Amino acid sequence: MCGIAGLHLRNPLLYPALGELLGGMLSQAQGRGNDSAGVGIYSDPATIPAGQATVCVLGAQPDIGEDPGAHAVAVAAAVAGEADGIVHGVQVETAGQTTVIRALAAPAELDAAVRAALPDATVISRGRTLTVLKGTGEPDALAKDWRLAARGGWQGVAHTRMATESAVTPGGSHPFSVGDDECLVHNGSFSNHESIRKRLIAAGVAFDSLNDTEVGARFIARELATGAPVERALTALCARFDGFYTLLVSSATSFAVVRDAIACKPAVVAETADLVAVASEYRYLTGLPGIENARIFEPDPEVVYAWERSLTKTLQPV
Amino acid sequence: MGTLIDQNPAAGVTVDLAEVSVTELNRALHRAADGSNWVVTRPQGAHAIAAGLDAAVTVTVEGHVGYYCAGMNQLATVVVHGNAGVGLAENMMSGRVHVKGSASQSAGATAHGGILVVDADAAARCGISMKGVDIVVGGNVGHMSAFMAQAGRLVVCGDAGDALGDSIYEARLYVKGRVASLGADCVEKPVREEHLLELAELLAAAGRADNPADFRRYGSARQLYNFHVDNADAY
Repeated sequence: MCGIAGLHLRNPLLYPALGELLGGMLSQAQGRGNDSAGVGIYSDPATIPAGQATVCVLGAQPDIGEDPGAHAVAVAAAVAGEADGIVHGVQVETAGQTTVIRALAAPAELDAAVRAALPDATVISRGRTLTVLKGTGEPDALAKDWRLAARGGWQGVAHTRMATESAVTPGGSHPFSVGDDECLVHNGSFSNHESIRKRLIAAGVAFDSLNDTEVGARFIARELATGAPVERALTALCARFDGFYTLLVSSATSFAVVRDAIACKPAVVAETADLVAVASEYRYLTGLPGIENARIFEPDPEVVYAWERSLTKTLQPV
Repeated sequence: MGTLIDQNPAAGVTVDLAEVSVTELNRALHRAADGSNWVVTRPQGAHAIAAGLDAAVTVTVEGHVGYYCAGMNQLATVVVHGNAGVGLAENMMSGRVHVKGSASQSAGATAHGGILVVDADAAARCGISMKGVDIVVGGNVGHMSAFMAQAGRLVVCGDAGDALGDSIYEARLYVKGRVASLGADCVEKPVREEHLLELAELLAAAGRADNPADFRRYGSARQLYNFHVDNADAY
């Protein structure tokens, strides 16, 4: 059992409240899993400095007793030192077990510099707008470590984990982000992930964990990398993967949900003019503005529900 | 939380679930006198609201409820002005549960008696393993509804999803709309006068004006009741 939640905001006036609203959903989702948790936050591109990339890693937090400020400066210097002048303005933020590294660079360039500077760390996301924060522990406490309530954005996903398929580690928690600005959160378990993993490895795909969801994330990322729309990528996943799943898949422009063929795992969707929200249980949604008048429905099995970002809304300040 | 509920059945009791825990509400309902009226406000999708009632009380919930609402109900009437989560009225023994909105998966699962009315849609596995309950759904039911249904009646005024009545025993199914597919050993059966009469009773009990003549009847072909030697290779 795991809990999933996602929020796709349509009204820019709600962007500053994204973290607070998502934190409320995450808190309710603790009932379905509280060994670890994670969130993916999509910043409003209008608030991001031009050319900035973000890479998030696990395993680079300060040691106990180490000064966090000095540690951040040291990490930033190490990353900048590896970048050979390609990466500028490196900023490092420690958020619990996650370290967030931002710089003026292409995401792939910053990723390479981070991997070189922090060889023992695990990269858990990279992109232009996405920040992934995750760790082990009680979700409410993790949300405080992440300063989630203070984070704005236009879209977010959240997950509370009750592990079944791999160890309880920060790296085994969701979201899994393996393509630029892409996130996957999963409630359920894939039953044939090992055979698919072997085929992906044979095709040159590298894995960070033994987690079943990572196989799904790498499969989807490969589909999306071919230019396939998210609907086609998830339809392909449904055809290839066995097991139980409700999946929430997000990217820099889209937000999608799909359930397995017998809809074994729960999902409820609420849609208003201001937002689209997905949750494992309705009670996660009760704190959202306008929920009383939302259109509420449960996704049908193997039907991909997808929403695209209306980019015009951010280009025109309210 | 922790506020004591003032029990005054004559005047009716209102319980605000933003102020009082579900445990406290249910504890009070389990002690409530026959004939008492309860109103539950701000349910906020909480689980197990009005579960395990065993007296002839009436509970009206003003909003959406979570999992297992009115589970194991005996004698009580529970009315939800909203939607209900998974396992609505599961294992109900008697009484009446009426959801004015939609219900999630497994509504009326394993229920032995009483009547469950859902005005809008019920999701997958509605009436799974039902054992005598009557269920009337105003809208559609999802896939695998009435799976292994043993006894009772399921009336669907909209459409039914895939595999309706899979491995059904002796429950009787009535569907007004389209059936996506029938499950193993479930077949359409002729509607006789006795069926029109029972349908009319069930629709009236649910407060519905549908015409019994518009429904089709489904039930067990009784081909799975005994082991058939031709199937030995499957084991």
